Amino acid sequence: MADTEKLDLQPKKKGLTRRQKRRLSRGVQYVVFVAAVIAFAVAADWGRLKNQFAQADIAERMFPDVITLALKNTVLYTVTGFAVGLALGMLIALMRLSSVGPYRWLAGIYIEIFRGLPALLIFIFIGVAVPLAFPGTEIIGGTYGKVALALGLVAAAYMAETIRAGIQAVPKGQMEAARSLGFSPARAMVSIIIPQAFRIILPPLTNELVLLFKDSSLVLFLGVTLEERELSKYGRDLASQTANSTPILVAGLCYLLITIPLGLVVRRMEAKAQEAVK
Amino acid sequence: MSPSRSEIHVSGLHKSFGDNHVLRGIDLEIGQGEVVCVIGPSGSGKSTLLRCVNLLEEPTKGQVFVGGTELTDPDVDIDAVRRRIGMVFQQFNLFPHLTVTENLTLPQRRVLRRGKSEAAKVAAENLRRVGLAEKADAYPSSLSGGQQQRVAIARALAMGPEVMLFDEPTSALDPELVGDVLAVMRMLADEGMTMMVVTHEMTFAREVADRVVFMDGGVVVEDGTPAQVIGDPRHDRTRHFLSRLLDPAMANVEEETSDQVGKSE
Repeated sequence: MADTEKLDLQPKKKGLTRRQKRRLSRGVQYVVFVAAVIAFAVAADWGRLKNQFAQADIAERMFPDVITLALKNTVLYTVTGFAVGLALGMLIALMRLSSVGPYRWLAGIYIEIFRGLPALLIFIFIGVAVPLAFPGTEIIGGTYGKVALALGLVAAAYMAETIRAGIQAVPKGQMEAARSLGFSPARAMVSIIIPQAFRIILPPLTNELVLLFKDSSLVLFLGVTLEERELSKYGRDLASQTANSTPILVAGLCYLLITIPLGLVVRRMEAKAQEAVK
Repeated sequence: MSPSRSEIHVSGLHKSFGDNHVLRGIDLEIGQGEVVCVIGPSGSGKSTLLRCVNLLEEPTKGQVFVGGTELTDPDVDIDAVRRRIGMVFQQFNLFPHLTVTENLTLPQRRVLRRGKSEAAKVAAENLRRVGLAEKADAYPSSLSGGQQQRVAIARALAMGPEVMLFDEPTSALDPELVGDVLAVMRMLADEGMTMMVVTHEMTFAREVADRVVFMDGGVVVEDGTPAQVIGDPRHDRTRHFLSRLLDPAMANVEEETSDQVGKSE
């Protein structure tokens, strides 16, 4: 009995042991990687690439405008869009949790629609369709207002779901404790539940900020004045003027200048939250 | 209707969760300054009864009066009534995003609309009463369970309640921390606070309570002085429960009866 079991667990096999196989597999992966790098280095026309993407004088000419104008506008669009999205998202999240059925349905429909549509479509809708459909209506703030609205409409759908999840993640006992102290449901929500929910959802909200930062490039399709250009539009305009791709590279680096630190912040917050759970 | 001396008055109280009939007709009277301990096996409905007294659970049938106000009246301002009823939970339920002092001052300011300095004064006073003045600026997560529960008691007291409800206040504590919380509760009892305490602490019930109520299966089985109910129980169910509680190591293995299965408090 004992003998047969042993045989089943450790069948004698010819060829490589498990450890040898593992070592071989790892070796093959390294070889493939090194081969790919060498192939790229040999095949690429470095002179041409440098000429196309890294012309120092073109890059130099972009400063300081790429920061003081383009990056500034990108940040402005993102932050206003985020603010609109947060306010609207909070409203929709509370509607989603409402005891009044129609509010819940309305919030659900909103979320489904605006999560399902491409952001670009929303931009075109706000920029083109709304002015045509309602002649005479003026969105406050011109382009800035339009962008804040378009980004906000898209962001609100995602943020509403995040905020709802955050509110539901606060233990039930917190609401009970607040109610037993005499808080009304609304006051308990504002003073006790929402502050705790926001601590829970700070990492996903920051991620949403990063996404919006990139989506702000869709302003490209709204038709903006020279002063309203953000990174993508600015980079593209300069690229076509100079017939060179260096401006695209510089604009891209400017995005990373913001998104990478934000990503690091999110990871640190998540690590901290993990710590708090333990 | 209710006599002026009665602080809590429950009559004909029923509560069901779906098909689960947890309370099956409870009548209970607690006088001013009286300390009543409610004991009974888990699933007997004692926590549900306590939660019905401040309407955290909506009774299915029956009436609840606190301080002469009917809570079960659909037009009652429940938030106003709850200000007069302090509640202490098994899991403390402190607000983790606030310091100890803020836990005490925020409800005073938001609910009672007290000024900043008055709220701070009341908070400090009540923290001193529960022996935690030096933890004023700490966050709840840095406190032991016993300390958290004492802060929770102080938070309830800061609202100036006329009645205090305790829902198994020591059940989530490490055994060596239970004493500190019971000491605070004993102090309150000595000061004349009206208290309704759901507990498994028989020593506390025997020594501090004016009355002990034994519940089982959603009804009050026995109601009397500690000496009667704990010292000389008349019902088999009470005797059986007490023998298991006081001497758990000597209990026999029993068949589960169907009405004990799947019940929760």
